[in-house]
Amino acid sequence: MGKILSVDDLHISFDTYDGEVRAVRGVTFDLYKGETLAIVGESGSGKSVMSKSIMGLIPKPSGRVVKGTIKYQNRDITKISNKELRELRGSEVSIIFQDPMTSLNPTMTINNQIMEGILAHQKISKKEAEKKVISLLELVGITNAVDRVKQYPHQFSGGMQQRVVIAMALACNPAILIADEPTTALDVTVQAQVLELLRDIQKKMDTSIIFITHDLGVVANIADRVAVMYAGKVVEIGKTEEVFYNPQHPYTKGLLAAMPDLTIDQEELKTIPGSPPNLLYPPPGDAFSIRNEHALKIDFLHDPPMFKVTETHSAATWLLHEKASNVTKEIEGKQQVKKAISDQMPKKEIGKEKLLEVKELKQHFKGGKNSVIKAVDGVSFDIYEGETFGLVGESGCGKSTTGRTLVRLYDATSGEVYFKGVDIHKKNTLNLNKDIQMIFQDPYSSLNPRWTVADIIAEGMDIHGLYTSKANRMEKVYELLKTVGLAEEHANRYPHEFSGGQRQRIGIARALAVEPKFIIADEPISALDVSIQAQITNLLKKLQKEKNLTYLFIAHDLSMVKYISDRVGVMYQGKLVEVADSNELYDNPLHPYTKSLLSAIPVPDPEVEKKRIRIPKGKWAIDSEDCKLRQITDGHWVACTEDEVDSYRTKSEATALLV
Amino acid sequence: MKKYIASRVGYMLFTFLIIATFTFFLMQTLPGSPFNDERLSSTQKEVLNERYGLNEPLSVQYFKYLGNITKGDFGVSFQFDGRSVSSIIGERIGVSAILGAQSLVAGMIIGLFLGIIAALRHNTFIDYGAMVVAVLGLSIPNFVLAGLLQYWVGVRLGWLPVAFWEGFEYSILPTIALAAFVVATMARFMRTEMLDVLGNEYITTARAKGIKEYTVIMKHGLRNAMIPIITILGPLTVSLMTGTLVVEKIFSVPGLGEQFVKSILTNDYPVIMGVTLFYSLLFIIVILIVDILYGVVDPRIRLSGGGRREGK
Repeated sequence: MGKILSVDDLHISFDTYDGEVRAVRGVTFDLYKGETLAIVGESGSGKSVMSKSIMGLIPKPSGRVVKGTIKYQNRDITKISNKELRELRGSEVSIIFQDPMTSLNPTMTINNQIMEGILAHQKISKKEAEKKVISLLELVGITNAVDRVKQYPHQFSGGMQQRVVIAMALACNPAILIADEPTTALDVTVQAQVLELLRDIQKKMDTSIIFITHDLGVVANIADRVAVMYAGKVVEIGKTEEVFYNPQHPYTKGLLAAMPDLTIDQEELKTIPGSPPNLLYPPPGDAFSIRNEHALKIDFLHDPPMFKVTETHSAATWLLHEKASNVTKEIEGKQQVKKAISDQMPKKEIGKEKLLEVKELKQHFKGGKNSVIKAVDGVSFDIYEGETFGLVGESGCGKSTTGRTLVRLYDATSGEVYFKGVDIHKKNTLNLNKDIQMIFQDPYSSLNPRWTVADIIAEGMDIHGLYTSKANRMEKVYELLKTVGLAEEHANRYPHEFSGGQRQRIGIARALAVEPKFIIADEPISALDVSIQAQITNLLKKLQKEKNLTYLFIAHDLSMVKYISDRVGVMYQGKLVEVADSNELYDNPLHPYTKSLLSAIPVPDPEVEKKRIRIPKGKWAIDSEDCKLRQITDGHWVACTEDEVDSYRTKSEATALLV
Repeated sequence: MKKYIASRVGYMLFTFLIIATFTFFLMQTLPGSPFNDERLSSTQKEVLNERYGLNEPLSVQYFKYLGNITKGDFGVSFQFDGRSVSSIIGERIGVSAILGAQSLVAGMIIGLFLGIIAALRHNTFIDYGAMVVAVLGLSIPNFVLAGLLQYWVGVRLGWLPVAFWEGFEYSILPTIALAAFVVATMARFMRTEMLDVLGNEYITTARAKGIKEYTVIMKHGLRNAMIPIITILGPLTVSLMTGTLVVEKIFSVPGLGEQFVKSILTNDYPVIMGVTLFYSLLFIIVILIVDILYGVVDPRIRLSGGGRREGK
């Protein structure tokens, strides 16, 4: 395999009003022909900026390449003229962005958008170009391409839009394809399809792919090699297996440990404390040292160089220096002891009392003329005191609407919801909101930017009159801040001064303020970085034990749901298709939809990913009148007709025997 | 789409009826009458009232009035003996239309240009310069600007005529006075929209295709930035109409606005009502056109209802 691109000591800065933000600080790597190099890192690690610079797409004039070279075919991309750059773009190097919705021009047909790229680089007639567009669309798996080519982006679904974007990027058969989080905005099943498509295309066209992501599962699935970026630097690079099974840099180790393992029961996730540094003032030495509890003295002073582990694997940490070998062993020893302690933590207890009963809940919305959107269409489940009930499904399946209907943000179309035996639709909403609270997905838009943190947290207490005096109010706010891991002095600040993870902690404190019994967490971690997700998940688990809370945990990230939930319900098109204990559901899924969903989740283990076989969505009688949730084995419910029950039972017994 | 336009036209007629009713009854509450002249005897006044139908009960007058409107008859002017309001409007509208169209077209072209340049040269002196022009255009009232233009360009420099309507050069100063507001509004809106659109990922995607920067701006940027711009065309046209009232008077342009002001001063009810209704009708039509244009530019609106999400 020959080198196709080499980046050497690349520095990129952005000039802002506050000063120079050093987004990329000395990145060096090579890309080989036909390989997929994954670049992993949290938001702000510089991975996107670095990849855009390969196409000369850094926003100017604020952004600039300070130093370094990007060599492609004996030319330095950082120094060539605009005209040469234009010739390169689209024909030699292409890019796919995260959100297909925003990367397509809403006012142009698909045909015109793909064609203009072809016409810019190839001297062919419009007719020929049009033929090429159709064959490209067929290549990326769009059926009926001849008709669909005349359509506009909004007439395609998210997954199809991303296929169009991929077709657009492939238009001139580029040597390098940069995929900037191409599946982050998509559902797991669609993500699996897009990943397969990319792999397929790579095989056919021998394209080199730079795949940028924060999802280690996706990396394990698609990458040949991995580069881990932190604070504008590559801290570790190597073959996928090497990085996953023999990580060297403490940051890589932390990231891998923070992912919940689907195969075993864990009481607590390992977390990386703190948050990434501000690149306006990059710290001296190893930027990760402030978050590394085992950091050496030298980490704070000098930047570690890249140490070679094997021919293909190297990492930038002083731990690999020959003088540090003793320290490495010591740290490993400490971690072993810690693990043993955490394994002895007591398990929480779940009550037998039903806290919430949902019966045949329906929530329909009026669509356009005469059409009704059945967002939630007959959902029934119970939640017991002290348990965590997970609700999973693809976007648009009705999981969030269910949560919102439970706190009466919407008034249910029909069905009953009992909270501690009382129908919530007969209850005063004020009392209801004291018992049931919500945590929202987006920690940025769910906090009022013009209120102080203290006021945000205390609003619920204000409404319900839960304090005796002003001093008492502040006392309670301080206590809540401490409970969620923030400090007293944070009370008088405004939301914009906090990072995403901290904001989500504020959101949790707000929910806790009225001392609720039941919390609905609507995708509380999906907007956060991996290392922060683990922190918040652990916090939620800890609070549940301390305050005997009951959770409804809504998410699309199935691995987190499995980790945090006691029981899980799977939703599809407004209906629950399967409910079971979380372990039972993952080990022994019965419903065809659950099976296909589970088979689509990538896990951060390259060996497992190699063997992955995706199960396509099967068929089942969802429209049948008789299709209801029926108990197959103890506590395991599947939506099926009367006739199907027996076949499910035999299947379930068969797998039980196998295990 | 046809159904949509039909329903919009229905609403239009309803709005028009309400406006007609309002203007009619508002006129009735005005103090005085067109025949306030002290030299007229009471019998003379009675004869005049009889002749113009002013002695009939209000409800009869109202329905007669509505009936006549449907026939395109706005009544007869009190001021100019025996001349129909329609013919007065017909005679005066040409000049106003030329002035209005000239101001709108010139203002839009200059405004769009300034806005685009400002957005492309964001945070440079070109950007700041364009925005200074925009703020001045918004904050200086047109009658002040008209006076200044007359004094400096007309009288001091003697480059252009200060009044009347006898050729193209006579229209230049009133056009500038009217267009300043259009330029300013357009430039400000265009700059904001363009900056917003240029920050979109599909612009980066377009650049990544390797097409020319000019094509990126014109094909991908401009069209999307124009969509919200279309909505302000309606209010802009209205402000032009009200602007002509004052500007035509200042420059002694024999247009509809000038006539309107004159008629108010002489309590010439039929002309006031006629012109008001005429302006309202124009306004309603402009809004309808804007709505339809919106659909033409944005396929998401054009195809809604017909366009469903397909595939999975």
